[in-house]
Amino acid sequence: MSEVLRKYTVSTRRSAELALLIGAWLLGVFAWILVDAATSTTTAGGWVSLIGSGVILLMAHGVVRRYTPYADPILLPAVATLNLLGLAMIHRLDAANAARALANGTKVPTPDVYFQVAWMFIGLILFMGVLIVVNDHRRLQRFTYTSGVLGIVMLFLPLLPGIGYEVNGAKLWISVAGFTFQPGELAKILLTVFFAGFLVTRRHTLALVQSKFLGVGFPRIKDAGPLVVMWLFALMVLVLERDLGTSLLIFGIFIVLLYVATGRRSWVIIGSLLLMVGAVAAYKMFGHVRIRFDVWLHPFADAQGTGFQIVQSLYGFANGGLFGTGWGQGYPQLVPFAKTDFITSALGEELGLVGLTAILLMYAIIVERGARASVATRDPFGNLLAIGLTAALGLQTFIVVGGVTKLIPLTGLTTPFLSYGGSSLVANYILIALLIRISNAARSPEHDQSAELVSEVNA
Amino acid sequence: MIRQINRVTAGLIFLLIALIINISYIQVFQAKSLRSQGGNQRGLLAEYTRQRGPILVGSQSLAESVATKDSLTYLRKYAQGTDFAAVTGYYSLVYGATGIEARENDVLAGNDSRFFVDRLQQLIANRKPKGGAVRLTLNAAAQTAAMNGLAGRTGAVVAINASTGEILALASSPSFDPNLLSSHDPASIKKTYDALTADPKEPMLNRPLALTLPPGSTFKLITAAAALESGKYTMNSVIPAPASIPLPGSNKTLGNWNHKSCGPGDKTTLKHALAISCNTAFALLGMKLGEQALYDESKKFGFESSFDTPLISATSHFPTGLDQAQIAMSAIGQFDVRATTLQMALVAAGIANDGIVMKPYLVSQVMAPNLTVLQNSVPQAFGRVMTTDNAQALQKMMVDVVNTGTGSNGRISGVVVGGKTGTAENSPGEAAHAWFVAFAQTANGPIAVAVMLQHGGGATEVSGNGLAAPIANAVLRAAMKQ
Repeated sequence: MSEVLRKYTVSTRRSAELALLIGAWLLGVFAWILVDAATSTTTAGGWVSLIGSGVILLMAHGVVRRYTPYADPILLPAVATLNLLGLAMIHRLDAANAARALANGTKVPTPDVYFQVAWMFIGLILFMGVLIVVNDHRRLQRFTYTSGVLGIVMLFLPLLPGIGYEVNGAKLWISVAGFTFQPGELAKILLTVFFAGFLVTRRHTLALVQSKFLGVGFPRIKDAGPLVVMWLFALMVLVLERDLGTSLLIFGIFIVLLYVATGRRSWVIIGSLLLMVGAVAAYKMFGHVRIRFDVWLHPFADAQGTGFQIVQSLYGFANGGLFGTGWGQGYPQLVPFAKTDFITSALGEELGLVGLTAILLMYAIIVERGARASVATRDPFGNLLAIGLTAALGLQTFIVVGGVTKLIPLTGLTTPFLSYGGSSLVANYILIALLIRISNAARSPEHDQSAELVSEVNA
Repeated sequence: MIRQINRVTAGLIFLLIALIINISYIQVFQAKSLRSQGGNQRGLLAEYTRQRGPILVGSQSLAESVATKDSLTYLRKYAQGTDFAAVTGYYSLVYGATGIEARENDVLAGNDSRFFVDRLQQLIANRKPKGGAVRLTLNAAAQTAAMNGLAGRTGAVVAINASTGEILALASSPSFDPNLLSSHDPASIKKTYDALTADPKEPMLNRPLALTLPPGSTFKLITAAAALESGKYTMNSVIPAPASIPLPGSNKTLGNWNHKSCGPGDKTTLKHALAISCNTAFALLGMKLGEQALYDESKKFGFESSFDTPLISATSHFPTGLDQAQIAMSAIGQFDVRATTLQMALVAAGIANDGIVMKPYLVSQVMAPNLTVLQNSVPQAFGRVMTTDNAQALQKMMVDVVNTGTGSNGRISGVVVGGKTGTAENSPGEAAHAWFVAFAQTANGPIAVAVMLQHGGGATEVSGNGLAAPIANAVLRAAMKQ
């Protein structure tokens, strides 16, 4: 008993997590109240949503406390903050839609934020499920190839006639029994598990150096197989599903893990070259890629047509300026897809540079905590899985936010935890659950000697 | 592996920092140019949510914003919109603003720096920001009289309080209804706008300010002023005035409209020459005075200048580098002489105000959102055009035009009215422009008016009197009633 007490009071930091979580929830409530004040919205379902989200977060905290007592105390509050800010912005955009419906005399649509709160529940229930079921992340290594196959199936599911369907030119969605889902978000996690499991067994072979060029050791040609296969695979996603974002993200995660597993910079160089070849080929061959690229370079050339989205997004950021217009006081509804792809633009307009920087720093904190879990884990599979999941989150954020701010061409991905969309939210909560599980192993005082063994045996 | 993980982490953090730097660039450095991009609705939308201030004439409001139920919050409404459109302009969601709506936008939208204290009070009291008000110098009765006179014709009227420069009427015909362009329905705005721009009569053209035309015989006032100012002539000087004169350097001749000489022995006085608008007398006078004297005198009256009323006027021109024949034609307001209706009103105003042209202006007061007066306009002189004596002589000559000469329709019983008719020849086949400029001496000082009817009448000198003078007469009567 005294042993247990010592553990809880000295090193678990669960109370810090709880305090941060309450702070995150209060921030979300505060934002919601400001939205209501500015848009004169009535909050009948509002308090139900807010209290519901607080209760489910508290339950998640309870499960973390019970099943992963040594877990990183920052991760859950950080993603909860983003999730709650996302809810407030979706609520704010709902208010704009309602006002427009009233002005046009049409029916006021059901607020999307209620669906998002429901998805938050599902996401956090799965989060708790993962923490309970996956009691040791090393068990996932057994499912390396199962994850790989499942991941590929998920990725190409939208191509199946009957259930897959197209939204805005990209085939990312499936629809089953009235429910729509973006399986690519889950595929991202499954493939990361596969990459980690696969590379942990092959890392020594793939690290062999055959020749040196400019001081960098290059691998044997015959070992380039997995990279080339992944490259072709990413190109298939691009060609068949027209999904530039997912294609880039999955190839990026693979290169990161290949580099970490082998320690060879040459893989990054080869990977980058392949990426460039793919990009040039895609530009030459596909009209939709060419349009995206040209719009990136000259968005104002066709500001009412192809450049409309990015131009409206930039107008939003400009309107926000340094401090933002304040919740509910800008015009984020003028940007197309403000709730999904362009939610950063909406937040940038109403919270300003100051608010958006805080949000991006929140992602930086999540990346740093994920990396910390990766470094501190004692098994190579855990190292790779944690940094892979962290990179998945970080790269996705960069690709989508970079796209809506015209830093890179627009590709179309959801902003983790902020964007409206169930698949994205659920998948990212599962991702964070896995990171929390690994961080628990990393910070746990009981050093499990068998950790190294498992991966070595599989090798 | 640890080193690689750290490097990957550093890379990911670097990407996030790149995002922050890029967003800082957009939201701080690019923000201003993005906000002012055409097609960026946000500035306009923000303006619409604020109650825009009214445009007033006396205590009557010409334009005001009324609350609506739609998302744009306020609708701009123009009482007697068509009559005042040349001044108010429109305030359109699609095409931006024109007229006073555009030129005084900072005041009306409440952005003006003079509102700083007021804005601070609003902020502290948490009241919704409102725009300030603009009061115009216009005389509603004079403006209505001008628009009624122009009804169904193409032309312009400008009336000015000669002693202050206050613009009392600024009318353009045909006009348009700014309410239709300032609605909240983009489709109907576009439809109206397209129809207006396609109309060959150009209803959205601000004729009194933007259109420069040959002023014809009304320009003889400037030639007469230059003659008096030269010191070599008085109104009683006898000058040659034959039925026609050869134009030097060509085989053409310039004749009077009635093909008769203007006086016995082909001579007449300067006064009589103006009264009957004798072409040959003024052509010969112009050639004697020379290009420079005419150019200098016209410049004193405001030619070669653009007036900021704050509606910007086009610049009137007197040509340079002329040969003798061209000087002769220019001295009677033909050839390449071009003047706005405003400019010709200023000519009458300068003469009536004893030789001093006052800067014309439209805004008399700027008021804060709570309607306290922030600024009263102060009359300013544009410059002296002639000595008081010469100006008063020219006034007498103009009174003779009305009483005994070509401007008989300008007469108002019991009031001293001076005027000058004009018919500006066009290229052959096109109808001439009819002009009438006049002043009336009233208890509150002289009022000047210029009426221009584009392609307004026949080719005879009387058309200025027949068509334009009655309108000038009505405007002067309306302006005097106050």
